[in-house]
Amino acid sequence: MSESTTSSKHVSFLEYKGKYKGLLGWIFSTDHKRVGLLYLYTMLVFFSIAATLGLLMKLQMLAPGHTLMGPQTYNAMFTVHGIIMIFVIVVPGLPAVFGNFFLPLMIGAKDVAFPRLNLASWWIYVIGILVVLSSQFIGGWPDTGWTFYAPYSFQTPVNIVPALVGATIMGFSSILTGINFIVTIHRMRAPGMTWFKMPLFPWTLYATAWIQVLATPVIGITLLLTLMERLLGVGIFDPRLGGDPILYQHLFWIYSHPAVYIMILPGMGVISEIIPVFSRKSIYGYKAIVLSSLAIAFVGYFVWGHHMFTSGMSGRALYAFSFLTFLVAIPSAIKVFNWVSTMHKGSLLLQTPFYWAVSFIFVFMIGGLTGLVLGSLATNVHVHDTYFVVAHFHFIVFGGTGYSFMAAIHYWFPKMFGRMYDRSWANIGWVTFFAGFLSLYTPMFVLGLQGMPRRYYDYLPEFHAWHIFSTLGSILMIAGAAIVIINLVRSSRHGQKTSEKNPWGGKTLEWQADTPPTLENWEEVPTVTQKPYEYK
Amino acid sequence: MSEEKHHISSYKSHLLVLLALLILTAASVAVTSVEMGAYNTLVAMLLAGAKATLVLLWFMHLRFDNKIYAIFTAFVIVLFLLVLFVTFFDYSYR
Repeated sequence: MSESTTSSKHVSFLEYKGKYKGLLGWIFSTDHKRVGLLYLYTMLVFFSIAATLGLLMKLQMLAPGHTLMGPQTYNAMFTVHGIIMIFVIVVPGLPAVFGNFFLPLMIGAKDVAFPRLNLASWWIYVIGILVVLSSQFIGGWPDTGWTFYAPYSFQTPVNIVPALVGATIMGFSSILTGINFIVTIHRMRAPGMTWFKMPLFPWTLYATAWIQVLATPVIGITLLLTLMERLLGVGIFDPRLGGDPILYQHLFWIYSHPAVYIMILPGMGVISEIIPVFSRKSIYGYKAIVLSSLAIAFVGYFVWGHHMFTSGMSGRALYAFSFLTFLVAIPSAIKVFNWVSTMHKGSLLLQTPFYWAVSFIFVFMIGGLTGLVLGSLATNVHVHDTYFVVAHFHFIVFGGTGYSFMAAIHYWFPKMFGRMYDRSWANIGWVTFFAGFLSLYTPMFVLGLQGMPRRYYDYLPEFHAWHIFSTLGSILMIAGAAIVIINLVRSSRHGQKTSEKNPWGGKTLEWQADTPPTLENWEEVPTVTQKPYEYK
Repeated sequence: MSEEKHHISSYKSHLLVLLALLILTAASVAVTSVEMGAYNTLVAMLLAGAKATLVLLWFMHLRFDNKIYAIFTAFVIVLFLLVLFVTFFDYSYR
């Protein structure tokens, strides 16, 4: 075992002087850690923009009628909010940031298998974002919602071509990251690290990578077909030309439902890392968690139809998709049971990463259980396209990916930057965010059950009280997010320096590397002799 | 990597595969003039599948490479077929 602190003579990846200096030294670096941080900074900027759009929408909903914006602006707001949050933040999210940074460290590699391809992924991602943003200057913001549903997507007078092209380009970035991770995990694990000695975060990255590679081309093709429909009138989705608009929904969700697992599986991996470390116990049911990750990735391919229960699909398809949807709940529940069992009789270390992790389990449970309401045919008809769906969606996607992202950055922050954040402010940020999150989204369940439709800029007076509650929650949540982000950004430059290799007492390989790691992570590639999470 | 040019399959087998692909393409065109209702799509998919298999096995060297690649490819094809199967729960009974 190596020493517990990093030698003061070591040159970290942050200090390393390569061919280029300054900004160029970052945007042309093929170091997996710098690429991970490039994604992090890009996401931080766009998260701030999309969150601001979300807040403006909530302020519009503070009172009925045309208050802050009209219907067209509102349509554009929720569309751009959705496109940025989905395609720019949560789909690349954890794999692009923490996968890039920590996958090689956790499996004892010096980099990913294809470092140049890795940097190319980031460039392609940025180009895709710029193409989407060019909408503003060539025809106005798209107004279709992030789902680009047919037939509206080829009828709207607004120019949605840049958004379709940009989302397609970003898909390529996702595929390349997936290929890189699959090859890295197959070929570059440290000596002694057999498949079942690999930590759980890399396992979930592996399952996710397969979805990225196999499902993302479907959305690329679908968006390009929509483009052809709009520009050339080829008649694939347009019923006036003999096309089938429901086919669009099939193709869109064949990607976009597995994409939910691209978002959530790495989050589950992060939680599986944090829970044993902060419980000081070996993970309960390691193999069950591994197999459930693979099962989620596999079964997740066949449940897309639950987004389409009111579209006019055949009755038999409805039964099949409902059954399959209930099936995918099983491996998700296995994970929750394993996490809770790991904590049982553990010696709990109450620190910020742990708070984010347990609150993840809480919101994910609510999101998951309300998903069963939507997966059931009879109840789905009543709440389809209401605020109930918006609430469920945010509990799963924001609650799942967002909370695990926050857990991950508070867990790995000292390793990434060689500094520690202010723990008091981190905890204040967490509790403010958590209270705001629940106040923002819980009323939406009630509104949905009462019949409030989603994507409307106006509403009947009877919904007013719950909307006020929800908007106040959004302000609280944004305040919490601001505290967390400011604390982390400030601490990355001015936080207390640490050279301690393993501040949390983790058992996985990344905690044996220098703090912050050197350019190639290891002077000597470690040999793995025991399973991860072996607490005595 | 060796500089020496080494072909793991012969020109003869490549030509035979090319011939098979051309015959299957002709068959794909010909079958469009036979009225088989919904089965036209099935036959077209089977012919396309046969062509793709030939390309994968010979031109993309799956036949000669480590078996793990063949297993992964087979898995992906099975996944794709299952997605099609589930999709047709809608189209066959709508």
